[in-house]
Amino acid sequence: MEADSKPKKSGARLCCVCNQNRAALKRPKTLEQICRECFYAVFEEEIHQVILENQLFKPGDRIAIGASGGKDSTVLAYVLSELNRRHNYGLDLFLLSVDEGITGYRDDSLETVKRNELQYGLPLKIVSYKDLYGWTMDEIVKMIGLKNNCTFCGVFRRQALDRGAALLKVDKVATGHNADDIAETVLLNILRGDIARLSRCTSIITGEDGPIPRCKPFKYTYEKEIVMYAYFKKLDYFSTECIYSPNAYRGFAREFIKDLERIRPRAILDIIKSGEDFRISTTTKMPEQGTCERCGYISSQKWCKACVLLEGLNRGLPKLGIGRTQGLNSDGKKDRKRDSRTPSIESKQCGSLEF
Amino acid sequence: MACNSSTCNSSGCYKGYEEEEQPKPNTKAAVNGGNSCQNLCVKCKVNEPVCCGIGGENSRFCKDCFKNNLYGKFKQAVTYNAMITPPDKVLVAFSGGPSSRVVLQFVHEMQYKAQKNYDANKDKSLPVFGVGVAFIDESSTHSFTSQHIEKAIEDIRLIVSNLAPPSKELFVVPIESIFSSDGIDGKERLKELLDAVSDVTGKEDLLSHLRILLLQKIASENGYTRIVLGSCTSRIACHVISATVKGQGYSLSADIQYVDSRWEIPVVLPLRDCPAQELNTLCSLDGLKIVELLNGPCSGINGLVSSFVKVLQEENPSRECTIVRTAGKLTPFHFNRVPEIHDSNVPSATRRHQKRYTLKPNGSLSSDSFCPICNSPLKKSNFPSSLRSHGSQQNPDLFASACSSCQFQILPKDPSLMEEFLSLLPQQMITKAKHGDQGNFSLLREQIQEFLFSDGENEI
Repeated sequence: MEADSKPKKSGARLCCVCNQNRAALKRPKTLEQICRECFYAVFEEEIHQVILENQLFKPGDRIAIGASGGKDSTVLAYVLSELNRRHNYGLDLFLLSVDEGITGYRDDSLETVKRNELQYGLPLKIVSYKDLYGWTMDEIVKMIGLKNNCTFCGVFRRQALDRGAALLKVDKVATGHNADDIAETVLLNILRGDIARLSRCTSIITGEDGPIPRCKPFKYTYEKEIVMYAYFKKLDYFSTECIYSPNAYRGFAREFIKDLERIRPRAILDIIKSGEDFRISTTTKMPEQGTCERCGYISSQKWCKACVLLEGLNRGLPKLGIGRTQGLNSDGKKDRKRDSRTPSIESKQCGSLEF
Repeated sequence: MACNSSTCNSSGCYKGYEEEEQPKPNTKAAVNGGNSCQNLCVKCKVNEPVCCGIGGENSRFCKDCFKNNLYGKFKQAVTYNAMITPPDKVLVAFSGGPSSRVVLQFVHEMQYKAQKNYDANKDKSLPVFGVGVAFIDESSTHSFTSQHIEKAIEDIRLIVSNLAPPSKELFVVPIESIFSSDGIDGKERLKELLDAVSDVTGKEDLLSHLRILLLQKIASENGYTRIVLGSCTSRIACHVISATVKGQGYSLSADIQYVDSRWEIPVVLPLRDCPAQELNTLCSLDGLKIVELLNGPCSGINGLVSSFVKVLQEENPSRECTIVRTAGKLTPFHFNRVPEIHDSNVPSATRRHQKRYTLKPNGSLSSDSFCPICNSPLKKSNFPSSLRSHGSQQNPDLFASACSSCQFQILPKDPSLMEEFLSLLPQQMITKAKHGDQGNFSLLREQIQEFLFSDGENEI
């Protein structure tokens, strides 16, 4: 109602940064009162600093942005283009999207990514589970049920991103994992006893010794702030959760972190800091890195996880690769669940990758 | 990003990603009589089971086997870590709750057995260790009626006096005795100190730091050589999560080991492998009296973590164990073992015995300085600021030498209030801030101790 040009009016909340405009919001990370313009500035600047301090990119790099159409990847695409322009990173940016074949979810979000391609002027590549593996997530869930489907999706998506990245011939993949995600992952790894992952999960750059390194420019960016940025900038994104996600164990950690953020916002960053500081011996048994015999992808076992899971799907052994079944030649008799609808697609080879 | 790639997993399938010893309770299998011992204690297969361990259907024990199982864990922890040796005088911290009660009971039983052996033995070479009990009266921080607290103290006196022979000295000490002046003065000062901390979690944590300092004081003034805490698996699991949440990931491994010798009197945790649920069951089975002081639920972060772990535990009863096991894989510090015995009065047999079981320090000597408030080891990157403060006598730069967690939740935000805050802190914390890097010095000394003569030494 009142104009912005009355800064000294008593009782008006002023932006604590510029002290000129009226505060439009409270920063979730710091609870500072801030105006829109200053919020954009501090949000973008913090990400710029993270990129610089961690040397995420170098000039001439071709970067694929993992784009799901959701808020994180949309904002990432937007901000990276902006910073690339503003600070002359000299990067070639691409959008890389994975179609898992989840009706009512993924097909809608892919429309969003296609719009992003036009809006941000970034070339788009879509890779699909159907093409790569011969299965859509919907088909997988029909076979294995609602438990463990996230395992399949996650393993397949990781490979899919690498495949797509190889096709685009990029140097790195940037994903929109934010501070909340990483904090959840730290907690999950503690809860599930995964010390090896615990030592790696806070790294901002991962897979440097693998086919395509990945980085997470949003490592210290709060999810709430990403939402706020997208909201105020009126960015186009798809905001529904995956229809299969309510059953995920991650939900426990997520609930807890939401409650935590209410009491002490900085706790999210504190969890990440703890994760970085954990004293984990480098001689702790870490998996040795080799290659998958079936498809040549990076793997610590004989077959990579995706091949193991695929084998399970194709042979009608939905539990293969889940739980403690030992290897592929184990007694599959107990787990045989003959689905009435036998998959008509022959098992697709993972295909060789030209790395 | 709702679901992250390979870390996402549904509740039923954690098995693929961790080495679990306790199977998830399998109610389906037990019903069909597939297990022949369905109606018998799983351990002795003779008696009827009366209770369940946390393994649910798979761990139904009779009373004796249940108790022996728990006592066995306690005994193993004590022996393997050389927690209690004959010349020791052990102070058991007793809060009145079930874990305290059980650890007191177990320590007493161990002492009782040792006494019987001593009496029966002609050769009186190994004396029996002494046991004392300390109860810290925190009524000045709560609003209990004095009647309530007096009754509680009476109950505690009764419990301790019934645990004789051998008899045990009981110390009932009010929390405000941590300050050199006590009585009304101490109460006021404590109140002012706690009021000066605005963060709820900070207040609770500061109180627990004061508690441990007071235990140290009692032990030190009365010649005790060990402090025994009843911290069980459940409490440790909560501590793992809350330390992570407060940004204390570096120092976490120091707090959760069996032995913590960074204090003047080493602190030991013999119930580390015992879940709270089993300790509770034992108390009701054995009729061990508990004195519940209803300190009120923890609020703030500690309370949130506690409810979180409870939710996880309901979903899977072995979750606490897994949390502690994971955190147990973090590298401990050099002080997470009992210090070697240098007293030549101690029979050499004992010293050899202790040496054999003293864990090799697998933590490097990396950490030299400690936070003056919570005594947590500081990561090396804090060195420049602590060096800066070293040598300043009048006003140690407490803020700079404290860990980031204490800086945030305990110390006042406003620098102008710092001096007043310092004046309220107990002397022990201020002294620690001044002599920040003495830790390293004493460790070096320990290594060359046997070559030093006690006279003619020049203490720096």
